[in-house]
Amino acid sequence: MAAERSHLGKVRKGGDVIALNIIAYGFCGLVALLCLVPFLMVLAGSFSSEQAITQNGFSLLPQDFSVEAYKTVFRDPMVVVRAYATTICLTIGGTFLGLCIQTMTAYVLARKEFEWRNAFSFFFYFTTLFSGGLVPYYILINQTLNLRDSYLALLLPLLFSVYNLLIMKSYILGIPDSLIDAAKIDGCGEFRTLVQVVVPLIKPALATVGLFIALAYWNDWYNAMLYIKTEEKYPLQYFLYQQVNNIEGYKKLIANGSVSSAVVSSVNLPTQTLKMALTIVVTGPIVLAYPFVQKYFVQGITIGAVKG
Amino acid sequence: MNNKKGVKGFFKKAYKYRAFLLMLLPAVVYTLIFAYYPMTGVVLAFKKYNFSGGIWGSPWNGFENFKFFFQSGQAGLVTRNTVLYNVAFIIINTVTQIAVAILLTEIHGKHFRKVSQSLMFLPYFISWVIVGVMAFNIFSSDYGFLNRLITALGGEKVAFYTKPEAWPFILVFFNLWKGVGYGSVMYLAAIMGIDTSIYEAAAIDGANVFQRIFKVTIPMIMPTTIILFLLSIGGIFKGNFDMFYNLVGTNGLLYNYTDVIDTLTFRALVTNNNYGMSAAVGLFQSVLCFITVVLVNKLVGHYDKDYTLF
Repeated sequence: MAAERSHLGKVRKGGDVIALNIIAYGFCGLVALLCLVPFLMVLAGSFSSEQAITQNGFSLLPQDFSVEAYKTVFRDPMVVVRAYATTICLTIGGTFLGLCIQTMTAYVLARKEFEWRNAFSFFFYFTTLFSGGLVPYYILINQTLNLRDSYLALLLPLLFSVYNLLIMKSYILGIPDSLIDAAKIDGCGEFRTLVQVVVPLIKPALATVGLFIALAYWNDWYNAMLYIKTEEKYPLQYFLYQQVNNIEGYKKLIANGSVSSAVVSSVNLPTQTLKMALTIVVTGPIVLAYPFVQKYFVQGITIGAVKG
Repeated sequence: MNNKKGVKGFFKKAYKYRAFLLMLLPAVVYTLIFAYYPMTGVVLAFKKYNFSGGIWGSPWNGFENFKFFFQSGQAGLVTRNTVLYNVAFIIINTVTQIAVAILLTEIHGKHFRKVSQSLMFLPYFISWVIVGVMAFNIFSSDYGFLNRLITALGGEKVAFYTKPEAWPFILVFFNLWKGVGYGSVMYLAAIMGIDTSIYEAAAIDGANVFQRIFKVTIPMIMPTTIILFLLSIGGIFKGNFDMFYNLVGTNGLLYNYTDVIDTLTFRALVTNNNYGMSAAVGLFQSVLCFITVVLVNKLVGHYDKDYTLF
């Protein structure tokens, strides 16, 4: 990690050092705390009773501890499981395919003997300068390719990105040419050179780019909102989005009197706490996986910016 | 390629490069379909779209779509909002990220530094849908944590979701919240790259720690700061749809303060099914983005050739 090495050498301990220490610990501690607090509040809300929340509002600690909200989330566990399965399949499939395409492309663009590489590089970079915008893309997916309500409409839009390509390319450029030349003298074709020589050397880049792609799939709700109409096909984030907004819609109905509040209280459906519990169920895996993947992201940001 | 030898040479090279070309094929096909083909769709901005006609068969209507966009006053509003938000985001994020990076390196307790850095990076990993729920948790009029605090202190509840003036602050806060850890990584790397002998020299010259920060660290990370600043200027006409839509949603009461180009494009298309106007807004944005990116790239090249995109 970037801040591993202490940078300051030996400095005299004067009043200024103490003052700076107070500022540094205070400020960083405060920012870190502010980053954590919303997570804690959602967690606390999810373990509170609905009644306590409607009376007092959300707080930092669970009020009137209850798991009612989680029971409601898993009332029909298949719904949650299905959304999870969709997202996991998309993430694994998309990451694998995306990595394959990106690695092949980056490898070719990094080979100096390929005289057309600048032309092809420009072909890719230009798409970051100008885009057709939302409407033509929307028509392309929905009508031209006819992918409305298909999983492909979730898979394809995130498959390839020029930024990931740049990270990968700058990594491959770091491999000594002699290694690749040696492989060719030994009679390796380009594909074998790529798979047997280059890929083992760029494992960190594969991890970094792979995680960037995976995160994009995991957190995607936008493509689902635009292209997916069947509830059973919703990926996790859009499932959460829909649930949260359905609860809002339900509340509006109550306010308008279309559903009598007696009906609502009789089924006693948790709404506010349910939102929080759903959010925890959706966020959980990311937070748990986070400590293990953080360093790859740090790497990726640093490489990406040097040659971005 | 207009003489025979040229054509022959071209095919000879293509044959020589066949493995390379085969490897490029998936990405090239993908880019043609998903990036270049949609670019031709910008003609829709000058058409009155109908389903049966599609992109090519719909009748032309000249600048009608643009006229509507500009005369309704929406063009000015969303462009202003987009630019002002991005200016606020860039300034506040840059300053905070640099402060965090500098102060993190001043922390000697390894565990404290690691844990706080990890916590700051955490929000980057969650989706804006989840951030939307968190915002509700804090700012909801009836159940929000903030209103609970306000009433506990004897104040009146504030209806944030019907109070547009509050949203620039809320949006700036969450944008910073989500990006502070991620953004500071770049500056941390820049600080780590500073030659330690400069610090030693400063210490011998009797500089105190604050002088060291302001006279050594900050000037030394200026090149990185300028590059990152310019690169973010390149996106000044892009609104972060994910953020605005999840925090504000379809709450029309807030639009004057929160509507950006991207949310308007989306609404025109999906809510109002006005393909023509949505395409016009999209083209307007694409052209503005193109011009700024090209200009920014020139400026970046002026500072450091390594960072230019093309």
